[in-house]
Amino acid sequence: MFDFSVITNWFNNLLLGCMPEWATVLVECIVIAVILLAAYSVLAMFYIFYERKLCAYFQCRLGPMRVGPWGLMQLFADVIKMLIKEIISLKGTDKFLFKLAPYIVVAASVTVFACLPWGYGLQLINYNIGIFFMLAVSSLGVIGILLAGWASNNKYSLVGAMRSGAQMVSYEISMGLALLAIVCLAGTMDINELVWAQENCWFIFKGQIPAIIAFVLYLIAATAETNRGPFDLPEAEHELTAGFHTEYSGISFGMFYLSEYLNLFIVSGIASLMFLGGWMPFHIAGWDGFNNVMNWIPSIVWFLGKTFFISYIIIWFKWTFPRVRIDQLLAFEWKYLMPIALVNLCLMAVCVALGWTF
Amino acid sequence: MNLLLEISNGDLAITAALTGMTLVFAAYWIARLIGPKSYSVKKGETYECGIPTRGESMIQFKTGYYIFAILFLIFDVETIFLYPWATIMRSLGPSGLLCIAIFMFILVLGLAYAWRKGALKWQ
Repeated sequence: MFDFSVITNWFNNLLLGCMPEWATVLVECIVIAVILLAAYSVLAMFYIFYERKLCAYFQCRLGPMRVGPWGLMQLFADVIKMLIKEIISLKGTDKFLFKLAPYIVVAASVTVFACLPWGYGLQLINYNIGIFFMLAVSSLGVIGILLAGWASNNKYSLVGAMRSGAQMVSYEISMGLALLAIVCLAGTMDINELVWAQENCWFIFKGQIPAIIAFVLYLIAATAETNRGPFDLPEAEHELTAGFHTEYSGISFGMFYLSEYLNLFIVSGIASLMFLGGWMPFHIAGWDGFNNVMNWIPSIVWFLGKTFFISYIIIWFKWTFPRVRIDQLLAFEWKYLMPIALVNLCLMAVCVALGWTF
Repeated sequence: MNLLLEISNGDLAITAALTGMTLVFAAYWIARLIGPKSYSVKKGETYECGIPTRGESMIQFKTGYYIFAILFLIFDVETIFLYPWATIMRSLGPSGLLCIAIFMFILVLGLAYAWRKGALKWQ
């Protein structure tokens, strides 16, 4: 596997050679910011395209085809369209909070985005409580959504934001509990250590039945957390126009749209990190020849491949299941998902204590 | 320390958050620069059903949502307490397992109470 820290160390030493330390940190922070910005926007645009194409294939259509080959230029056309729309300021809105909401939503999702392990030696923020930090920051997004709904001075927005808040905080619990089972198995929260712990066997295989249950629970909770699929109640367009972002126009709506798709990437990234080994190639203990062949595939390809695969499943949900009602949604979480997650956690603890893992 | 460079994690987290804010700020700025501007009274109206909106929208809202928020608070704090335990579970051994079983039993009692009282039923 190629270690990306070779490049970053070379760059770091190059900068240290020609400027003082504080300037190095500053320049590196700026470079990191530019890379993050580029990766974030490119991935968001790619995801919008990915979802439109997939949903078209699920419905036996072709999807966007007119702009560029296979409609590839459609993403840029969409961005330009959003940029040249007017940002309307309405009367009766709370101007400050109305403007503040997209800032909170996007800042939270970029911070979580920076925690993901992209490849061997290619990870930005690495706290020793990594996965916990990711969960904590990603839940800040709810505040932005609630603010957006409240500040809009619109009944649709308010109902949409309230639903979204209730849904996201509810499903966050089973999401946390599903990940907790894996933390139990791994015995660490450090993202880098989590990936290395899966060197011989991914956690979904290592933890056997409780890990598979946790994976399914996580997928359901993640779908709800990103307001997608059968759980897209906050923006149920038949009842609530567009939910919490009804009053947002042009690029201010675009920011919510962007972060929504990036959240899809982030939850898929966490799933691939916690269950499918992050950037770790598929290894079978003892099969050295096979493992070496797998190591030839670059680690970043492994990470992106797993993440896109999980996103595919989550998008698939959307076109398979009908939308649920709000009472069904909350009852499902509190009466089924959370008790199952708690039982699963106990099961995992017992399995780990008795050593029934691979 | 992170893997990439010799910058502290806190600085990196702040950089990432500021990057997000810069993205939104830049997008707003570009949109204001190249987007059209026009004014009319009707445009500033709230978008609801076509008829003028009635009453305030920033109102006190349905209790159902708040009950779930309070329940969330309880169980989220529970999850936070469980994380450190999960990290060192192996070294704690059977006594740690027993302690956490008691802790979880009390919380499950709480959930059962809320369930029985009908707090989980949407109304």
